[in-house]
Amino acid sequence: MVEEPPMTEREKILGRIREALTVDAPHPGTHGGHEPAFHFKGRPVQVAQPWLPPDGSTLEEQVARFRTASTELKTDFHFVESAEAAAAVLARIRDAGHWRRVATHNGELTTTATAALGLPVLTVDGGYDVNALEACDAGITECDALVAQTGSVVVNSRNAGGRALSVLPPHHVVLARREQMVGDLTAAFALIKQRYGADYPSMISFITGPSRTGDIERILVLGAHGPKQLTVICH
Amino acid sequence: MTAPVQDFLVQARIVARDLRHRGLIQRALGKYEVARDRKQAAFGSWQSARQAAAETKWDAINHLDQYLDQFAQRLEARGTKVHWASNGAQAREIILGIIKSKGAKSIIKSKAMTAEEIHLNDAMEQAGYEVVESDLGEFIVQLRHEPPYHIVFPAMHLTRDEISDLFQRKLGSAPTNEPEELTMIARRALREKYLTADIGITGANFAIAETGMISITENEGNARLTAALPKTMITLLGIEKVLPELADLALFLPMLATAGAGQTMTGYNTMYGGPRQPGECDGPKEFHVVLLDNRRTELLADPEQRDALHCIRCGACLNVCPIFRNVGGHTYGTTYSGPVGSVITPHLRGLQDWKHLSASSSLCGACTEACPVKIDLHHHLLHNRRNAATGKPSVLERLAYHAFAFVANRPALWLFGKEVARLFQPLHVFVKGSYLDPARPWTATRDTPEMAPESFKEWWRNRR
Repeated sequence: MVEEPPMTEREKILGRIREALTVDAPHPGTHGGHEPAFHFKGRPVQVAQPWLPPDGSTLEEQVARFRTASTELKTDFHFVESAEAAAAVLARIRDAGHWRRVATHNGELTTTATAALGLPVLTVDGGYDVNALEACDAGITECDALVAQTGSVVVNSRNAGGRALSVLPPHHVVLARREQMVGDLTAAFALIKQRYGADYPSMISFITGPSRTGDIERILVLGAHGPKQLTVICH
Repeated sequence: MTAPVQDFLVQARIVARDLRHRGLIQRALGKYEVARDRKQAAFGSWQSARQAAAETKWDAINHLDQYLDQFAQRLEARGTKVHWASNGAQAREIILGIIKSKGAKSIIKSKAMTAEEIHLNDAMEQAGYEVVESDLGEFIVQLRHEPPYHIVFPAMHLTRDEISDLFQRKLGSAPTNEPEELTMIARRALREKYLTADIGITGANFAIAETGMISITENEGNARLTAALPKTMITLLGIEKVLPELADLALFLPMLATAGAGQTMTGYNTMYGGPRQPGECDGPKEFHVVLLDNRRTELLADPEQRDALHCIRCGACLNVCPIFRNVGGHTYGTTYSGPVGSVITPHLRGLQDWKHLSASSSLCGACTEACPVKIDLHHHLLHNRRNAATGKPSVLERLAYHAFAFVANRPALWLFGKEVARLFQPLHVFVKGSYLDPARPWTATRDTPEMAPESFKEWWRNRR
């Protein structure tokens, strides 16, 4: 055992916090002796769902919402009937983008789909050379969920090829099944919790549209650091 | 007078009359307002969502010791090293220590206001390390050796031509006035840095106690790359960033995006719960989280203004503030500008030196209305004014009020004063606003109302 110093910074900071909190602060909206507009029963986020942007209860509604969001975000969204149709879409994108080399990870959807492209494939599982990944024209991944409310794709570092595959190549293609569509962010977080419990991946990312910036005169430019193009193919 | 107030007055005078600045800011914020209003309208109830967000942050801040402890324990359980820093010097020392122990040379950084607060870049550069800001706006202001102009839009005060000139000088690029081409110049310059950087430094928007995760919100993907490629990742965040549960983000991510930039959801919202885990193919081998107090606990100890720690740094209060829009972000001379900066800076850096920020407000309340977590901003500006006056009352001001009370309580004296004033007012035009004018601070920029030919009392008497 290393001998501990008399009081660590952690203890000092937590001590200052406890001391400060011995005096109560008023609830939000009660400054000046006003009564709050209403009292929450339970956690606010559990009752907040109807106040947030709309989701959609049926798959049709959810697909429609995801499509609307995608149009605005400039995400290229394809909702097709079968795996064959999805493969055809991917082949079209390969030709249009003049791909020479793609990167992917092992997965139920990705392995067959990338093999069918007839291009050199870099598979990132088990480690990869970062310069080789940088030289790929596209990164093809699966996802945890598609979120209708926001048009987001949820990927993680365990089953979407790590941290870099979805941001380093200039084009990110997501392959998904229709069962993966969820209504809103609340449902997406519930799914993450249910799927991983306490053993969650080291990174979980909600990707909403291609990489973008408005830092120069607030004018939208795509592909600031991450992918210039985001394609979602769902069947 | 202290130095910060003099700087503020000089800068404010210059910037408020700069028509180029005015045009740029009005155009940028005009666009923001249109987008924000449209996105707020898409909420089922933006006002109710604000109340829910405020209650959630109230819970987090008023149980900060428990949540912070839980956050640190969960992170440590999965191999993250958590450091605690009471002040900026300690935080800098911790971070420099990590960099040194790794034998690192180059550092890539994604946007972190907390790092600005403790002047981390200066410290790293003085120690001989190369630090590159990767957020486009931050990259631009770093090349200009300037602090960020705005907490969300760091290079908002520059035109594309100025940025093009800057890139020509510093990066040797060809001139262009296309924002897209300028962005690609920066992208190419930064790609190289990413591939060679030894250390990635980020900030954080939220700290999730339940799962032990930090959450980073960004549009460009630069923080994603910063957290993916270098072997060591360091995250610096203030202790107030805590949220109790992962699911709370379902509320906070869309609210931050809407209030901050008029988006439904920011491009990348990413939660990091540790270094590379077994079975993962990339990511940093080491993950360090540095928790910074730096006098936040002093603000916490003031129950009246404790809700200022609810701030999620969206910048909405800056965007709507008539003062910010007139004097600009750099005039404040602080890391956090605008209404929230005026509220918290006196707590973080000393009330008497920074009390003038609380006076530079029209008290219109636009900031309070705009705040997604309902911080009572404009009342806190009044609280700061009161606290500053109680702590160090101005003798002259108090004398003036005593003199006024003395006269106002004696009708004969009041009447005499009024007659004298009426007699001499026509002569006031000759000295108005000049150094001979006893009321100069007021009259220099304002018209003086003319006294009525007869008082109400006289009018009433004559009428009967």
